[in-house]
Parts: sequence; structure tokens; C-alpha cells
Amino acid sequence: MAHATFDIPSSQNITRTTLANGITLLVYENWSAQSVNLYGTLQAGKLYEAPDTPELASMTATMLMRGTQTHDFTALHEALESIGADLELTASVHNVVITGKALAEDLQVLLTLLSDMLRAPTFPEVWLTQLKAQLQTSINYALQDTRYMAERTFRDALYPPTHPQHSPLDRTLAYLPQVTREDLQAFHARCYGAQGMILAIVGAVKTQEAVALVERTLGDWHNPAQDAPRVAPVVTPPETTRRLFTPIAGKTQNDISMGTLGPTRRDPAYTACMLANSILGEFGMMGRVGHVIREEAGMAYYAYTRLEGGESQGTWQLNAGVAPHNVDQAITLARDEFARLTQELVDEEELADNQSYFVGRLPLRLENNNGIASVLEAMERYGLGLDYLRDYRDIIYSVTREDVRAAAQMYLNPDALIISVAGSEGA
Amino acid sequence: MTTSIHTLANGLTVILKEVHHAPLVSHWVAYRIGSRNERSGQTGISHWVEHMMFKGTDKFPAGMLDHAIDRVGGQWNAFTSMDYTMYFETLPVDQLTLALEAEADRMVNALFDPEEVESERTVIISERQGIENRPTFWLGEQMRATAFHVHGYHHEIIGDLADLHTITRDDLYAHYQTHYAPSNATLILVGAFDTAQILPQIEALYGTLPSRPQPKLFVRPEPPQLGERRVVVERPGKTAFVRAAYKTPPATHPDWFKLELLDSVLSGTNGLDNKSSRLYQALVQSGLAANVSGGLQNTVDPFLYTLSVTLNDGVKHEDAERALLTELERVQQEGISEAELAKAKKQARAVFAYAQESVTEQAHALAESAILGELDWADRYTERLEAVTLADVQAAAQQYLVPRQRTVGWLIPTGSEA
Repeated sequence: MAHATFDIPSSQNITRTTLANGITLLVYENWSAQSVNLYGTLQAGKLYEAPDTPELASMTATMLMRGTQTHDFTALHEALESIGADLELTASVHNVVITGKALAEDLQVLLTLLSDMLRAPTFPEVWLTQLKAQLQTSINYALQDTRYMAERTFRDALYPPTHPQHSPLDRTLAYLPQVTREDLQAFHARCYGAQGMILAIVGAVKTQEAVALVERTLGDWHNPAQDAPRVAPVVTPPETTRRLFTPIAGKTQNDISMGTLGPTRRDPAYTACMLANSILGEFGMMGRVGHVIREEAGMAYYAYTRLEGGESQGTWQLNAGVAPHNVDQAITLARDEFARLTQELVDEEELADNQSYFVGRLPLRLENNNGIASVLEAMERYGLGLDYLRDYRDIIYSVTREDVRAAAQMYLNPDALIISVAGSEGA
Repeated sequence: MTTSIHTLANGLTVILKEVHHAPLVSHWVAYRIGSRNERSGQTGISHWVEHMMFKGTDKFPAGMLDHAIDRVGGQWNAFTSMDYTMYFETLPVDQLTLALEAEADRMVNALFDPEEVESERTVIISERQGIENRPTFWLGEQMRATAFHVHGYHHEIIGDLADLHTITRDDLYAHYQTHYAPSNATLILVGAFDTAQILPQIEALYGTLPSRPQPKLFVRPEPPQLGERRVVVERPGKTAFVRAAYKTPPATHPDWFKLELLDSVLSGTNGLDNKSSRLYQALVQSGLAANVSGGLQNTVDPFLYTLSVTLNDGVKHEDAERALLTELERVQQEGISEAELAKAKKQARAVFAYAQESVTEQAHALAESAILGELDWADRYTERLEAVTLADVQAAAQQYLVPRQRTVGWLIPTGSEA
């Protein structure tokens, strides 16, 4: 039997188009299944809301799917769901992220509805009332969630009140009753526009057809009032360790969020940090911290680290769930591993294993449409170039043991961490 | 795509499906042993054995495979369900030998080192405690125990805390030796391999494993439910929940597909948004609830169709329950529309197409089919849904969504204090 050859997305097979209104479109054909995915970003995230209007960006994004000038709520969702399609708009720190999928035959419907939501939302009052009630319920639930509360408190301590990552729940609770339909309309009018929008389309569609559909549905979108791109404030990392505790009654396990500020994705040290993080809390069974906390001490089902690395300074942190009486020991073990990474060169074999892990994982990351589309969008957003995946192996293997230690030393001060614990008293 | 089925001399069933869209292969071994087969005093043992399978053999000591599989860019994991325990590796196709060797080896050579058993005891208790932190876990656990008095579906897969403290290394090893045999397992490969080339390798690695008789599984049938059962759970917090769970037939029963289609109309299709579903409109759109969800599970024995409602602040349990049951009565009386039937079928077709993008998902579906005893169960899923008629859906609602078959659960939040 004749077997297919496997292409990697590159400048040879990705079509990059810039529409006259500023939208950057990336299209990659993938005929492995009869489906198509969208992944895109708009510059309308939390960064564009004022500190005293928390969740305004998120509520605006959600309300885009509650009714438009041509589709009320029911018609909008009936149109999507009746064809087995899915479309979501979610506000992150910098952007509103668009994710969508449909059978390839329905791409036109998907794009038409997306255009309608982005350009002609009506923000129905009745649905705003609903959304407020839903948010109130989800906050009530979050207040009892040890994992969520450890994380929320960690971020609120790490970032200053002027930063979009600082978003305490009491501020949201105070704002919720005040937010009006006019607030959402004003945010939409100011922040939503084609300038800076990136859209990746991957699936069983011909490139020319996809480009023509985007031109037809979004090509004439202009918003002269659209805000200029914003940059998040630069944050100073903590200078000493601070420990915070959020008591939540009736819990049998406490959660720990512990760490500091990491690099931006554009930081030259990002790749070295990514490898350092993998060694620290990812590779194998959750790296070095997983080994000492889970495998050796048997204290946790999960204990891992992660590096965010977005457009502004993200976090570099540990997450673990342990019994209340094990909290102190888990923190000590993790802190010691943070320190070891900054003091000692990693083993040659350990680095080689992790480099092999990242390079080898590429086919899995690119197996499905959504995986490819999200990578294409990131390549565009961070200026990595269309041949980033082709060059990926060289980029990963250019990192040395010294680079890893230097990256850890630059960001991961074990004596200046935010340590947030949520759960039962006595931790 | 070519699928072939083989049976080795020692009883191992082998399913091979060539898919050549990416340089990957997904390798699964599914054992017919899950929490439904556990006796009182040993609840959670199947899941604990699953953990011990990652603790090494003489050939691959603990930790070696975690590193070896990550090193080649693969991923591996395992699941224990009510009906099965499954292990999988998805990795570059040129590394398939690693997965074949690892799974063949640990089918018979897992060590169950006593120190590792004790270390894992606390890890599993920690896993349970992490789940216990969710108030809805307690509601779900109580509802299952109420809906099933005899059948093994009555306890959680993770097991009762009392048993997690007392199960011994010998218990675990005996469970492993009894149930981890070629005759009780199915091997599934989906990916960019060549069947003619891979079969001799499978024979060499798996065909040489000792043959053992198929184990007799411990199963106690659940007697008929004779009336509505109700559960109330109180936990700290502010969020209230109402659930209703109805006894349903097994996934191989023709009525299961009628109920699956009915669920699409009532609470939405798994994997897609559900804002046009009937229950979303009746409960969320009306302001009673923040969220509603539902679903059947494709189980070997009769299980439950569960509907779950997250109440908005200030809404009374009885009001949400009444609204939920009113919708179920409506579908019993009026049935569903042609448009709703067509929508559910198209959604099923779309979800099936999305799953085809991933060799892991395709292999998982084949593994579940093997456990159900119908190797084409997943492949015929959309075809069987297509055959469901309007009358079928209404009849299924009338037969199964009845008070006598129902367990209702309320989670009452008690505020911030314990």
C-alpha cells in the first residue's frame, strides 16, 4: 500500500495572507479528517479593561454569543449546534481567543456566524442579567475550590493591582452588580476590530476557498475607533519569600501554588527556561519535583511546575495537592529543587533527554487540526516565522547546560517566592 | 484505513488499524477488569493495580519507562473505569517497539515491590482527597451507592477510604495475577504501521506469554428498583446542585442508542455546546440554573443516565427539580421534533469526524468496543444512531425516565463553616 509522506507546516505549505483591514490569515490544508478548525486572537483581553472593571473583557466576549442583529440567542446557538459545530470566544490577559470547529462542508456557516458575533452583537439585557447570576454562582463555587483559591491568591500577590493578572474575587463581586449593557457596548466599540487580529484555519478545505471565505465574511470589517495595542506594565519580581494561606473549611487536601515571574515568550532565554522547567517539574513523572514529592515521599497525586511565557511576564510556578500535615514538607522539597536548578549544572543526559522530549513530541502536538492551528497562531503572534517548526530541532538543541542554569538563575530565586496555600487550617 | 482482527494462541485478541495521516501510532492494552468486579473490602483495587503497573519490572525498573517514552516524544497513561483497565502509549511510529516491549513485559512481570505499594497507598489516598475537595464528588458517591445496592457499580472507582487503608500487597498481587492474562486482554494498534510487518513482532512479544484460562469475573446483578430513591448531602460551600439518575440498559442494548439520541436533545451532545438543548432553555435560560449537563455511559451492565443541575444563587432545590422533571415529562408526552432528531444525528456525525483526527481517540474507541464485546461498536455508533426514529425516542423516554427507576440527589451547601 502507498503510504503518505508527512509534511511539517512550513513556509512551503502554510499560506499567509494579510487582508487590507489588518487581519493576518494563516491557512494549512489537512485532509486527514472531514473537519476544519479555527484558532484566532483579537486584541481585546483583560489588558484593555480598567482595574476597577474586572471581568469586563471576559463578559463582553461571552456576551458576543448571546445575540446579534441577525440572530437572537436561540437562533445563534441553533445555527451552530444543528450542524455539530462549536465556536467559543474567551478573554485571556491580552487577547480574546477564538476557537471553532465544524465539518469542512460548514466552514462558511462557521465564519459567517463568527463575523456576525464580532461585528453586530446586541448585548441583550436579559442575557446580561443571566450572565451575572452565572458568574455569581461560579464565584461561589470557586471560593470553595482549593486549587482555584491557591492560584488566585498567588497571582494577586505576584502582580500589582494595576496589572491585568491581578484580579481578586472581591473586586469582581463588587463590580458585578454595577456593570451595564452600555459598559459592554463601549468596551466592544473601543476594543473589537480587525487590526491585529490573527486567524488560523486548518482542515479539509482548499486554501483559496478558505481565503475567499474570510475575505467575504471579515474582509470589510473596519473599526476606526479601535484602541491601539497595549503593553502590560513591567512587574518587579518579589525580593523576599511571602507565604499566604486561604482557609477553606471541610477540605481533606490543601493546594499549593508557589513560584515567581517567568520570562515573556519573546525573551531570548525562553527556550532555555522551557527546558529548565521541563527538568524541574514536567519530564517523566513530573520532573524533579514530581520525583521527590510524589515518587519518593508519596505525598501527592500531582506535583508539577509550569512556565507560562506569554506576551508579558507570565508565571513560573509549582502546583501541588497534599494533605494538610504534608504542606510544609512539600514546600521545602520543592524549594530545594528550585535552588538546585539555580546552583548545579543539569546532567548532560538529563538535558539530552529533555531536548529529545520536545523534538519528539512535535508530531503529537501537530496531530490534529486544533493543535496545528494554535501553533500557527502563536508563530504569528510571537514573530517566530513560518519555518519555526522546520527549525525547531536546531532551536532546542542549541540550548546548553550553562544556558539552563543561567535561565534558572535569572528567574527562579528560591529565596524570593510567593507561596500560596488554600485548604484546611493547621497547614 | 485497514482494520484486521487476530487471536493469538494464548487467547490475546489483537486489533490492528492502519491510519497513515501522521507518523504516529497509538498502542493500547485493555483488560476486562474494573471496579464493577471488586468485592467489599477491596474497592479501588483495580485502580491501585493500575498505579502499580507503573512501578517497574525487572526489565524496566520504576521510572525507566517514564523517561524512555518522554525521551522519544511519546505519551503514556492508563485509565481504570467501572468495566476495564486500559494502558496506552502514543508515540512516533518508529518507536513502536518500545511500547510493545513495555506492555508485553508488564502484563506478566510487574514487581509490586512492598515499599512501592506503601508509597503508592498515600499517593492514592491523596488522589481521593483531591477529588473529595469537590462537593459534587460526595453527591455522586452517595447517589451511586443508593442507586446500586448489590452490583459493583455501587462504589467509586477510586475505592472507599477504609479499603485504601487496608488493602495489602498480597491482595494487589493476587488481583494482578488473576486478571492480567492474554485471555483477558485486547491489544489495539492504530497508526502508520504496516500490518504485515508488525504482526510477527506482536507474535514474538505477546504470543510467547503464558496462556491462562480466562478469569471468572465477580459480578452480582442488581435487582430491580422498586421505587424512587432520594439522597441529601450537606457540604460546606454556597453552591447547590440537583441531580436525577435513571437506570438504563447496557451500551450494547438497542435502547441505549435511543437514549443517547434523547440525551442529545435534552442536554446536548458530548463535546459540543448545549445552549440550544431543551434543558438549557428550561433551566438556564429561565434563570434557575447556572449550568445543566447530562450523559449516559457506555457500560457493560445496566448503569445510569444522569442529569446534573447547578442552581443559581437563591434558587430552591424543589423548584429546579420540578423544572427538570417537567421537561422529562414533556418529552414522554410529546416526543421530539424531526428537526431535533436531524440535529442530533448531524452532531453525532461531526463528533465522529473530529475523533478521526487523532489515532489515540480512534484506538480508545476500539478498546472500549472490545470491552463491550462488540468490536464494531464504535464504528457502527453513528449508523445505529441514524436508525433511531421519532417513535423510538419517545418510547425510550416513556420506558426509562420513570420515577420508579430514578434516584434524586440534592447537594445542600451549608455556607463557609464546616
